[in-house]
Amino acid sequence: MDSRYLNVFLEEATEHIENLNSNLLNLEKNPSHEVVEEIFRSAHTLKGMAGTMGFNKISELTHEMENLLHEIRSGKFPVTSSVVDVLLECVDLIQKMLDKISIEGNEGPVNINPVVDKLRRLLEGESGLPSKQSSDEVEGSFNEFELRVMEEALKKGLKIWEILVKLNDDCLLKSARAFLVFKALENLGDIIKTRPNVQDIEDEKFENEFYIYLVTSKLEKEILDAVNSVSEIKSVTVKEIKMSTVANKTGESESSDSKQSAPAADKTGDKNKIKNTAKTLRVDIERLDNLMNLVSELIIIKTRLEEQDKSHEHVQKRREALEYLARITSSLHDAVMKVRMVPIENVFNRFPRVVRDLSKELKKQVNLIIEGAETELDRTIIDEIGDPLIHLVRNAMDHGIETPEERVKKGKPQEGTLKLKAYHDGNNVVIEVSDDGCGVDLEKVLEKAQNLNLVDKVQGKKLKENEILNFLFEPGFSTKEKVTDISGRGVGLDVVKTKIESLGGSVEVKTRKNEGTTFLIRLPLTLAIIQALMVELGKEKYAIPLNSIKEIVILQKEELRKVQNNEVILLRGNVIPILRLHQILDISAGESDEETLTVVIVKKGDKEVGLIVDNLLGEQEIVIKSLGNFLKNIKFIAGATILGNGQVALILDINALI
Amino acid sequence: MEEIRQFVVFKLGQEEYGVDIMQVNTIERMMPITRVPKAPDFVEGVINLRGEIIPVIDLKKRFGLASGEVTADTRIIIVMLDDLTVGMIVDSATEVVQLPQDSIEPPPSVAGNISSDFLEGVGKIGDRLLIILNLEKILRPGEAETRAAM
Repeated sequence: MDSRYLNVFLEEATEHIENLNSNLLNLEKNPSHEVVEEIFRSAHTLKGMAGTMGFNKISELTHEMENLLHEIRSGKFPVTSSVVDVLLECVDLIQKMLDKISIEGNEGPVNINPVVDKLRRLLEGESGLPSKQSSDEVEGSFNEFELRVMEEALKKGLKIWEILVKLNDDCLLKSARAFLVFKALENLGDIIKTRPNVQDIEDEKFENEFYIYLVTSKLEKEILDAVNSVSEIKSVTVKEIKMSTVANKTGESESSDSKQSAPAADKTGDKNKIKNTAKTLRVDIERLDNLMNLVSELIIIKTRLEEQDKSHEHVQKRREALEYLARITSSLHDAVMKVRMVPIENVFNRFPRVVRDLSKELKKQVNLIIEGAETELDRTIIDEIGDPLIHLVRNAMDHGIETPEERVKKGKPQEGTLKLKAYHDGNNVVIEVSDDGCGVDLEKVLEKAQNLNLVDKVQGKKLKENEILNFLFEPGFSTKEKVTDISGRGVGLDVVKTKIESLGGSVEVKTRKNEGTTFLIRLPLTLAIIQALMVELGKEKYAIPLNSIKEIVILQKEELRKVQNNEVILLRGNVIPILRLHQILDISAGESDEETLTVVIVKKGDKEVGLIVDNLLGEQEIVIKSLGNFLKNIKFIAGATILGNGQVALILDINALI
Repeated sequence: MEEIRQFVVFKLGQEEYGVDIMQVNTIERMMPITRVPKAPDFVEGVINLRGEIIPVIDLKKRFGLASGEVTADTRIIIVMLDDLTVGMIVDSATEVVQLPQDSIEPPPSVAGNISSDFLEGVGKIGDRLLIILNLEKILRPGEAETRAAM
């Protein structure tokens, strides 16, 4: 098969799966006709696409889903949590098959029959319901146009009436009588639908009764009078139709008229949103990377020109050209960056589903709050951040939030709250995962750390709270069976930490007993280009990312002190440990023996460390390049950059140094 | 039909070595190399090859030979192995030769003072011996070896 089509299929199918997932959850919370439509459309498109590509299992499964959705759409079928469960199960199964297809090119040995059976059983089990209720519910379906008219009418405060007209059994000119009824009613308002349809009525293709749906401001009595003015009518029944009986039969929503208009407005809002998210451009990431590389080159040339500028005589014109070049480069940079930026929504969208499933599994009640979903991050980071976040969310739900009973005992609301929040903070994006659960038990963490020989008993007593919390991130700190013992978190938190640090970010924990825990993830806005301070060590040049630098101080040598064999300085009353980069980086040239020391104070979270350097070479915009697979995992080095003169300078990994 | 392979021939000291031309990207003159601290000792550092950062290894050090001086003949052979692109410093790169596959013999246990692990075989061109490298072993050192080198 042509792999081009396969790729397009996979991409689009994945998009539809995402749509299905979020819309199904939406449907459960707040069922509306638009959501059902949207779900139906996605399933239908999937069916068509899979059919064309020859993936019969997907196509069969989506066909069965469609059957059920059709019933829901026509209002014959109530949306319950168990219906959503089965539909979600279908979506998961399709996802599984898609994964298989992307790897092996076929759907694999997935058995769709159990789910198909479930779908069918649902349909059969409930199908008797509508007929029983037919007397007080609307039968038959309205198409989208009719529904819109009805919605509009309700918004304007008009009412919709279902009028059942029965003619005398011996009536001869049935269609003529019907025509007269139409005439009489058209004076009162608009007829939006008849059953059977107008054509059939004109052709007398009906028994002795027919339905008319009328939109009007008039009252029941006037309608009755109008119809009864026609002769040969046996009886007339008039019933008001509420939107809720059409779009949603769960019966949960109120059907009072005053509330009708509000949800209708909401629904249209949702619909716009759905359309907006679909209006994205799909760009091959390789092309973007290429663009990015070009910009990188441009920046390198700019820097090179600037260096030449320093060494030559002052020439006004060249300076102007340079300024121009600089302006173009930075706006090009911004433009490319924006293309690469994706709202974190793409990741957050997964969580309602995760939280729903987990809360069922763990029998806990959890309310998920998402804030700042519009915050944008580099695509590369978005792709990587999902797993660590899922980890943290699982942790929070498993170990953080208590069972409803426990919560009630503690005097907390039964339902726990899990909050995902993203926001900008300077050059960083911060993602918070917080819960209002039981918090981390520091004593137990310390006990565990001592058992694992991470710290001895004497030292342990001196540790500060955040130092104890850091043990959570130690590899192997919590093995599965011990998690429950320490009531704490720790399931692979080291993995979370490693991942986030590899993205140039950092993680912190804040916790209060019985009030909850917050994980703070700090990520760089973008990975590719950063501001850096260039420093000299011996003859080598290194770059230190500007966002991790707190300040630079010049000190006299005597100001260095020793505390327990570690060198420190006192800066405004704070003790700051000192690192000699010469030793750490095995630089052969000795340190200069000048009387003054240049110390770059760098920070990671609350921690600060001073780095002794020989010379400061100034601030510069640098393009981060990886050292490649051959040299990955080199300690203390985060990457490399190309300087204006074509030489390579290494970028220090401040996170690894502190 | 006989399979003919082509090899880029280069020298380390007096010995002649060959690397399959399909694995060779370019051959560069010596250029400034930036040292990478904490890397294995045979890694000389990284270079800027037309905007890309490429790690460079000293092939002699890799083989445990004494590294020679840089001369006008010193070259960096840029080789590619799947996802790896690496430069190898050699004393000189001389020519490209063709060898039939079946004229390549398995390596003797020690050839030119280097371990046979690094070799694919030995080829004969007239009375010259060409030691053919196994880049996989050279560029992907086993776990234990890397740790020892660090």
